[in-house]
Parts: sequence; structure tokens; C-alpha cells
Amino acid sequence: MKAFARLLARLVTTPSRTGKLRLVRDYLATTPDPDRGYALAALTGGLDLPGVKPALLRALVAERVDEVLFRLSYDYVGDLAETIALIWDGREDSDLPLSEVVHQLGTAGKVEAARVVAGLLDRFDASSRHALIKLATGALRAGLSARLAKTALADHGGVAVDEIEEIWHGLRPPYPELFAWLDGRGPRPAAVGHAPFRPVMLATPLADKDSEMLDPSDFAAEWKWDGIRVQVVCEQGTRRIYTRTGDEISAAFPDLSEALMFEGAFDGELLVRKGDGVAPFADLQQRLNRKTVDARLAARFPAFIRAYDILVWNGEDLRPLPFRDRRDRLETAVAALGSPRVDLSPLVTFDSWTALARHRAEPPDPVIEGLMLKRWDSPYLAGRPKGAWFKWKRDPFLIDAVLMYAQRGHGKRSSYYSDYTFGVWAADGTLTPVGKAYFGFTDEELLQIDRYVRENTTDRFGPVRAVRATRDRGLVVEVAFEGLNRSTRHKSGVAMRFPRISRLRWDKPPSEADTLEGLSALLPPA
Amino acid sequence: MERADMAANQTSLPPGAPPLLPRAEGLYCPAGDFFVDPVRPVARALITHGHGDHARAGHGAVLATPETLDIMAIRYGADFAGTRQAAGTGWTTLGDARVRFVPAGHILGSAQIVIETGGRRIVAAGDFKRGSDPTCADFEPVACDIFISEATFGLPVFRHPSPQHEIAKLLGSLSANPDRAHLVGAYALGKAQRVIRLLRDAGHDAPIYLHGAMARLCDYYVARGVTLGPLLPATGDGPRDRFAGQVILGPPASFGTPWARRFPDPVVAFASGWMGVRQRVRQRGVELPLVISDHSDWPELTATIADVAAEEIWVTHGREEALVRWCTLNGQAARPLHLVGYEDEPE
Ligand SMILES: [Zn+2]
Repeated sequence: MKAFARLLARLVTTPSRTGKLRLVRDYLATTPDPDRGYALAALTGGLDLPGVKPALLRALVAERVDEVLFRLSYDYVGDLAETIALIWDGREDSDLPLSEVVHQLGTAGKVEAARVVAGLLDRFDASSRHALIKLATGALRAGLSARLAKTALADHGGVAVDEIEEIWHGLRPPYPELFAWLDGRGPRPAAVGHAPFRPVMLATPLADKDSEMLDPSDFAAEWKWDGIRVQVVCEQGTRRIYTRTGDEISAAFPDLSEALMFEGAFDGELLVRKGDGVAPFADLQQRLNRKTVDARLAARFPAFIRAYDILVWNGEDLRPLPFRDRRDRLETAVAALGSPRVDLSPLVTFDSWTALARHRAEPPDPVIEGLMLKRWDSPYLAGRPKGAWFKWKRDPFLIDAVLMYAQRGHGKRSSYYSDYTFGVWAADGTLTPVGKAYFGFTDEELLQIDRYVRENTTDRFGPVRAVRATRDRGLVVEVAFEGLNRSTRHKSGVAMRFPRISRLRWDKPPSEADTLEGLSALLPPA
Repeated sequence: MERADMAANQTSLPPGAPPLLPRAEGLYCPAGDFFVDPVRPVARALITHGHGDHARAGHGAVLATPETLDIMAIRYGADFAGTRQAAGTGWTTLGDARVRFVPAGHILGSAQIVIETGGRRIVAAGDFKRGSDPTCADFEPVACDIFISEATFGLPVFRHPSPQHEIAKLLGSLSANPDRAHLVGAYALGKAQRVIRLLRDAGHDAPIYLHGAMARLCDYYVARGVTLGPLLPATGDGPRDRFAGQVILGPPASFGTPWARRFPDPVVAFASGWMGVRQRVRQRGVELPLVISDHSDWPELTATIADVAAEEIWVTHGREEALVRWCTLNGQAARPLHLVGYEDEPE
């Protein structure tokens, strides 16, 4: 466990890809079976443990640590797993094979889980405790993709990473036959599953000068939907949903993968349907980062794919074709499927950049983040080929609001008042809080706001300070946000998406900040 | 005469007034008319140790240990205060108070200041640690009525591992990466000398390269009998690869400067108590965190509070709230002292 914990700790602090590769490679070369197999499974998201809920860990800590001391510590550290690992007063400093830890976690039932986890936490040092909690909760966040871990494995064995991908989905942890093959002790495992991930094509942001130099007739435009970019592959009965980095997320979307009946690979946006339209990103979030999904959740937030592109169809690799031809094939394929789970991303017609800019300013759906521009003649290439695809994001909304409350931040910001609640003027002349922001400002501005908060505190509630905010005295902040929704949870009746502080308006008196009435005008029609 | 003075003093103080008061300049003792570690120029300052947020230039008179006076002279020039008085091991009388300097175990010359007035004894501990450190005298607990504790690492998540363990990590990385320079960030006063000494005690005999900002303080430590082995300037011309597999020490702020670019593919390390928290490690862009602190960790803070058996604990700079909470839970009277001007997170 110590070696695995050390690997995780070093991976997080090692910035370079080559450095990460070296760490994983060295670990695989020096760690015996079956531990290295379990570590590889953990790094590639293939370790299937029951999954201890964070609530259970909190309960374990609550039996041992004063709740106020825990809260202060959590506020400071900013990460639950790390807080528990650090605050747990382990009595021993022993080591156990990773396989033994995996076995204990894997065989403990729901009832026993707490006792097993507490017993292991008692035996380990802080670093191993941290690794244990990450394993037990299934949130490893090791700072490298599954693809990179497999690349390290390929380096270790002296084979190409695509050779690993080809056989990967037929293998189970701790992968004895895989290591036997890579170490020259056995034959190459057969490729059981197919449906490999194909590296995706990405866009560059459109700069102002670009549009002057580009000919609009060279480009197709389509909406950039605010979901998750995915690749869905069905090949010889194997169905997989990959993120754009090649991490598989099929398990979180069984409703979708079961409905995929074709032979090929699409590039598209994973979205959630709401009535006839698309649900906001918050609904999709309900379904992310889950190892399993119950039917009720899947029914409440039905997932579907809005297809952007087609990579493979009935065994034919379409990627070398120009976008124009792929688009034809895509339209035919989606129409032939006739599935409610796959629809077509519509093209936006335009004859000038000005016309397109008007579309961009008034998208037909709130779940649109902007536009994608694709050269009609561009083949589907891995990475970010120059001049082929552009993304043109929508400008954010801006309002002027008044700082009302400030709270100490988490983690690295815990010595500053860095989490802000701001408000706008309601009809009765009082300030109504409309959102919270904790980023967008520079480090220098953070110091300025922090000083302002400390010098203008009118009240304290635990870590929160109320800040002077009257019509003529107070700090006006320009808030940028991506969208506005109705909310019954907030007194103001509105909820902002991605609010951040875009500017400090030291020059502006609070009385000139925006009103709730003005803000509400930005709401989508009910 | 003396009686009249005392009477005058008493009328200026409300009955039962605390023997020390927080003021904008720092902690003030009315009976002795002096400040402890004032953050602004004052007539009379008593200084616990040479770190910048405690020892500032420009006071009328300074009383401190001989080492702290020397360090201030190195940093600010010989005329850093109007008059300078070295504290001996015994008592010094100031007005209606008397004071004594007792080792704090933080850095060379660091002291707790014991203040007696009106029949009460207050200990302003300044920054302190309890673990042994060959570069300075060990902390001595002093029984008192009021103990003023720092709380830099005053959260139960801070349990510093042994410094020997951390130095072994550095030596391990040196042998695993003989082609890379090891750039170790360390505060120039105290931490740098301690890291060097820990390396020497672990058997690392090779020359250690220093950033220019550290040379004078290292020389001073050596002059005070702390042996540091061969030290070379990390400057000048020469092949870049001469730094491969070597330890180079610099203040953390120097890592973003052209000076740091002369080292081939460096492993960036940082020796600090904050390195125990991964969020901080990432924020700093540190590849090799070394949890080496000259402040007390949580077990040391709470053990010290038990050791000094004070009637009341005052908690200052850092995580006051948590340490006060611990005191309350353990039946120990305590309150936070909101002083301004000290760094929440010194390195
Ligand atoms: Zn200090």
C-alpha cells in the first residue's frame, strides 16, 4: 500500500507527461503481481469495489474528532479525503499488500464496511490513509488519464499502446495474462472485446482576426451544446461511451448504451432530455461520476447523443473523408437509426460572419454555449489541427452587483475572504442576494477585496462576514455568468450559471448597481 | 518617588486591566511601557526572533537575544534601531515589569519572553517548536499564568513527520534522478541552515550550492558554531550539468527568477510545514514536498499548552479558532488575540 500511496502522491505533484509516464512505468517494473495489476485497474478506472459513501467516512471521523475541529480543518484543506487522511490519528504505521486492501474492501458488506475501513485507517500512515480513502470512495483522481496509464504499461512492455487497447476490454484485474505477455512469459491475450477509443478532433478558439481572414463559404457552422463531448462506439456487440480523453463512462449511462444498436462510431454531445428540449447542464451533472445508476435516476434524466460527426460506419473508417462527405453519411446514418437516443446536431446556415455573429448572439436554446466552425474539407484528425475547426463561444452575461457577504475560502485560499455573495436591488429598495462567486479575480484583486472585507465588516457568523452595503457605501462587482435559471431554492427566484467576478468597480456607487427586475429580464421564457 | 510613579501608573490602568494589551502596533505592556514584536516603529520593542514579521527596523530601543540583534544587523544594517540591548540569561527590569528571554526552539536566537508584573507571569512564546533541532537551543517550557501561543499550524491536520524521514525522501530522489538538479526552496533564515544540517547528519557530504541571499546568514550560523559543511555559491559561469544530481538551496521567491533557469531540468522541492497538505503542494508547483517546519505542529501545540499549565492561553497568528476550541474542550481557559500585521502563513 505504501508504494501505491507514494505513486499516487508523486503523480499528483509531477507536472510533465513524461514524468508521470516514468513514475507509472517504474512502479509497474518494481511492483510484484498481483499488486501492480490492481494498481493498474485503479488508475484506469477498472477496479470494481462496492464504493464507500463519503457520508460513512464522515460518520467514522465524527466518532473520533470534535465536529468544530473537523469543520475548521476541512475548510482549510478543502478536500474531504485529504482532511480525513490527515486528521485520523492512526496508531500504527504498517504496510499491507495493495491486493489485500482491495480484497478487504471488495468483500466487506455494507454493514461491515465501516469497521473494515476504520481498521485499515488505524493501521496506516497519512499517505496510505489518503490512498485508501481514494480507493474506498472510488474517486482516485490520480492526475492521469486511463489512456496515459495504458501508455506507461505499453512502454513497460515495449509494445504500442493500440495493441493494449485492442485486447484491453477482454481483460479483468489483476490482468495476470496481460503482464505475462508483456514480460515475455506468455502469449498475447486474444482480443475479445472491440469498440476501441479513437483519439478525438478538437477545435481552437476563434480569434477576432481569424474571421476577417477566413472565407465563410469554406465553413460549416453548428451549435456547440453544453453537455459532455463523447465518442460512442458499437462494434461486434460491444458498446462503449468514451469521454474525449478516452475514459470510459458507459457504466454511468446504461440506459443509453443499451439503446445503441448500430455498427460504427459517432462523435457527439452527451445531453439529457427534458420534455422536447435539452435539459440544463445541472441535470446532466446528476448522472456524472456515478459508478452505477438506478432506473429511477435514468428515467428522470434520460441521456441521449446529439451527433456531430461519424468516424466509422459498418466497418468502414470514414475519418479520412472531408467533413462535407462525413456530414452526408452522418445524416443518412442518424435517419436510418431512427432512435430517440441519437439525434442530429443541426447545421446553422449563414452567408457572412456578421450573419453568423447574429445567430451566436441569439441562440435558439439556452443549453448552447456557442458555435463550432468546421472546414468543409477537413478530414477527422486526432488532436487540434490548425485552421480546421474553430469554437466561437457566446459572450457571457454581465451585471453590476453589490458585495454582501464574504467567507473564508477553502484550501489554498483559506486565509483569505475569497467566497463572495453579491446582491442586486429589489423593488423594495433592499439588496437581495442573487449569487455566489469565488473566482474570476486576480491574486492582486483578491488581496484588495480581502482587505476591503476586513475593514468593512458589519457582522460575523462563524467563517462568514457581512460587509457594509448601503446605497452609497459598498463594493460594486461586475459579475459575468453563462446563463440564468428560475430557482425556488433562492429567495431572489433566480440562479446563475458559472458566476464569476469579472471586474471590481471601485468607481461605481452601489446605488447604480443592477436591479432584480433588470436581472429577471434575462430569464428564459417560462 | 517610586510609589508616586506606581500610583500614576495605576490611575492610568483600569483595575484588573490585563498585563498585556493588543494594540495596532502589536502587543503592549503598560507596566513596562514596551511592545513585543511590534509591526510598526515604537519607542521600545522586545523582539522574540529575527524573522521579518517579528523583527522590524526603525524602533527607538530594542531588547533581544544577542543572536537576534546580530541577525537584525545582518538584515537591516547595524543602525536598525536607536539603541540595542542584548538580553542576558537573567532578568531585565523595565518600569514596573521585569522580563527574561528563554529559548523557543524556533531558529537560532529565538526566545520566549517571560514578563512578570503585578504578581503575574506572562510568557509571549513568539514562534516555537518542540522537536529537536541542532541549529538552535531547545524550547524550555516555563510555568506561567498566561501563555501566548502561536497557532501557525493550529489544526489537527498538521502532524509533521520526522525531519529525518523527509530528508531521506530528498536523498532518495537525488539517487533516483542523478541527471537532475534538486532545487530546494527554503526560507533564508533558519530553514535553510536546518535543511543543510539535516543533510549533513544524514551523511550527505557533497557541496551544497546556495542562492546569494543565503550566504551571509549561513556564514553567521557557522560563526555561532553550527557546522554546515562545504557550501558553494550557485552562481557564476560553468557547464550547466555541474548542477546535475546536486542540492541547490534558494528562497522560494527566487524560483521564478532568471537565477533558477541555469539548472538543468530541476526537481523543485520545498521545505515547509505547509507541504503536508497536497493542495498547497500543487498550488506551489512543487514536485518534491518536504514537510520540514520550524513551527509546532498540532500535537506540539497541545502538548505545550498542557506543559505550561497556564491559567489562561492567548492564541495569536494562525489558526486561533481551532486551538481555542481545543482548549475549551479540554477545560483550559483560552481566547484568541486578534493581532494584525503578522503573516498567517510564514514559510
Ligand atoms: Zn518565525
